Amino acid sequence: MGFEVLLKGNNALRLLMGLGVALRISLISAVISIALGTVFGVLMTLKKPAITAFFRIYLETVRIMPQMVLLFIVYFGATKARGINLTAETAALIVFSFWGSAEMADLVRGALQGIPKIQYESSTSLGLSTMQTDRYVIGPQIIRRMIPLSINLITRMIKTTSLVMMIGIVEVLKVGQQIIEANRKVSPNAAFGIFLVIFLLYFAACWPISLLAKYLERKWEN
Amino acid sequence: MDVDMRPILEVKNISKRYDDITVFENLNLQVKKGEVLVIVGPSGCGKSTLLRCLNALEPIQEGEIILDGEAIRPGSREVNKLREKVGMVFQSYDLFPHMTVLQNVMLAPIKVKKRDKKEVREEALALLDRVGLLSKKDQFPRQLSGGQKQRVAIVRALMMHPEVLLLDEITAALDPEMVQEVLEVVLSLAKEGRTMLIVTHEMQFARAVADRMIFIDGGHIVEEGTPEEFFEHPKTERLSSFLAKMRF
Amino acid sequence: MNFDVITSYIPLYTEAFFLTIRIGWTGIGLALFIGVFVAFAQHFRVPVLARIAGIYVELFRNTPLLCQLFFLYFGLPKIGITIPAETCGTLGLGLLGGSYMAEVFRSGLGSIPVTQEEGALALGLTRRQMFTYVVFPEALSLSVPGIVGNMIFLLKETSVFSAISLMDLMFTAKDLIGLYYNTTEALFLLVIFYIIMLLPVSVLGSILENKVKIRTYGA
Repeated sequence: MGFEVLLKGNNALRLLMGLGVALRISLISAVISIALGTVFGVLMTLKKPAITAFFRIYLETVRIMPQMVLLFIVYFGATKARGINLTAETAALIVFSFWGSAEMADLVRGALQGIPKIQYESSTSLGLSTMQTDRYVIGPQIIRRMIPLSINLITRMIKTTSLVMMIGIVEVLKVGQQIIEANRKVSPNAAFGIFLVIFLLYFAACWPISLLAKYLERKWEN
Repeated sequence: MDVDMRPILEVKNISKRYDDITVFENLNLQVKKGEVLVIVGPSGCGKSTLLRCLNALEPIQEGEIILDGEAIRPGSREVNKLREKVGMVFQSYDLFPHMTVLQNVMLAPIKVKKRDKKEVREEALALLDRVGLLSKKDQFPRQLSGGQKQRVAIVRALMMHPEVLLLDEITAALDPEMVQEVLEVVLSLAKEGRTMLIVTHEMQFARAVADRMIFIDGGHIVEEGTPEEFFEHPKTERLSSFLAKMRF
Repeated sequence: MNFDVITSYIPLYTEAFFLTIRIGWTGIGLALFIGVFVAFAQHFRVPVLARIAGIYVELFRNTPLLCQLFFLYFGLPKIGITIPAETCGTLGLGLLGGSYMAEVFRSGLGSIPVTQEEGALALGLTRRQMFTYVVFPEALSLSVPGIVGNMIFLLKETSVFSAISLMDLMFTAKDLIGLYYNTTEALFLLVIFYIIMLLPVSVLGSILENKVKIRTYGA
């Protein structure tokens, strides 16, 4: 069924390293997204018409444009048409950060607006300053809401990274294809085993993170 | 008031327990047709649980409930018959949020009793008119005040033509200015001879509406009597101290 | 940008557009069906089925569609199960979407307060009637934002179909870029067609969401 190919040479290691490439891209993008998205999210609650309008367009673009299309625009559009020399990996990082920041911004905005007004009022009435209110009352509540959601964003990022093979980055799916191709004669059925293993590898990467997010969400629910 | 002697609802030796907590034990109760029975008692005395048992929302561990001469075994098909004949209105109204007022009150007669839609609609409109909510018939529960929602909930229960109506602290969640409009509806139902079991904390209302009062404490019926005896000449120390607290 | 080039490409994109839409919406239909079925199995704790449903949801929510498609399209034929590309696309989208829809329905069902069930039972409704007329419709309206969100997500996911050699919008764009180097025009049309495909759903979703919000909550 094609599993034997994995034991040949360093094939198993190559697959894992391919997964490593995907994970590296997703983690860097996730970190950038969480940082930028938090800033954007706070900006969105400022109720300045120009800022609001800008972010509405930005968010709606991300909401309806497939990441794949964005990847093509940045990679082929910028590199080929404008002569800017972007590596595929840089293009991927730009696109995933652009996408992830929007997602994160919307989550942060939702969390900020989800804090009942009475929370602000009761801290003010206790004599806390605005800064103290944010620091001791609002901030901790936001962080508890945001951590599980940010962790979920990381799993989504990992799953989305599988797209980068379509712009030629050699990650786990591409490595899988190469292995299948190289062993076409000796193991004609390798595609079954290899793709099943990759499927499970992705699952092994994402599932624990999803469980952690679910656990934290439940723990901090109340 | 047309109170005949036949009990419509009889509770014989029922006991209710949650794991190791006994809510009540060997409780007996009879309600005659057309009678309005008001049950009072401190919070946690089991009065709401009693009503819930009478509508089979809570299983009982011992004893039996006899409705109109028929014993209802918990868990059997008869439970649905019990629920058809016994209407209940809750503290939290529990209207169905995805239906309009009219849809809310028409659902059960059409689906449970398979009655004719047109006829049900006419009856629903008449009842809504009676409680002063005809103009709200096409609104959703969200658009109503608490008092209005509770009046709709009463109409919804009445639409099933229940033999007995159970009212479980129906004014407890309402703002004070809305309590009156709901209680007036209940008073008018009492006048037309509806059989009702009412759990309430509104003592003045209890006195005005009740044919008979029951005081439950610690899972037992401590005292019962006419409103007169009950409020003016309480026989037990427990009741007089309870009433004193309620009056302030 | 060269508009003659754009005009000459439009028929190609239109064809690809309809293929994408066909697979996309059939897949969404399948996803809704699977989602309801799985959510019921889990909500009613059906023995064995609930277990399988749980494993299915975790597996498909935690793996990328591209990976699922590769397995279905390239892997399965090696053990004698050959599925045509278009069916693969529909099936893959349906399986992925089913796991997402199931979560939406399940949390919708789970968030109906017990008092609603009691209210229905007290009126004499049977458990089945209670579920059919009260719990399910309420859960459905609570699920609308999630369903629309998933629809948009799934329509976007169709963009990976070119990987299993379906001639969808991405495939067409990639082909034209590779063949004629009219990158700007090819990308421009790609964006336009995805806007045509997704903007109406997004706008309709927002309208529907506001409508549902008025009806639900606060009874």
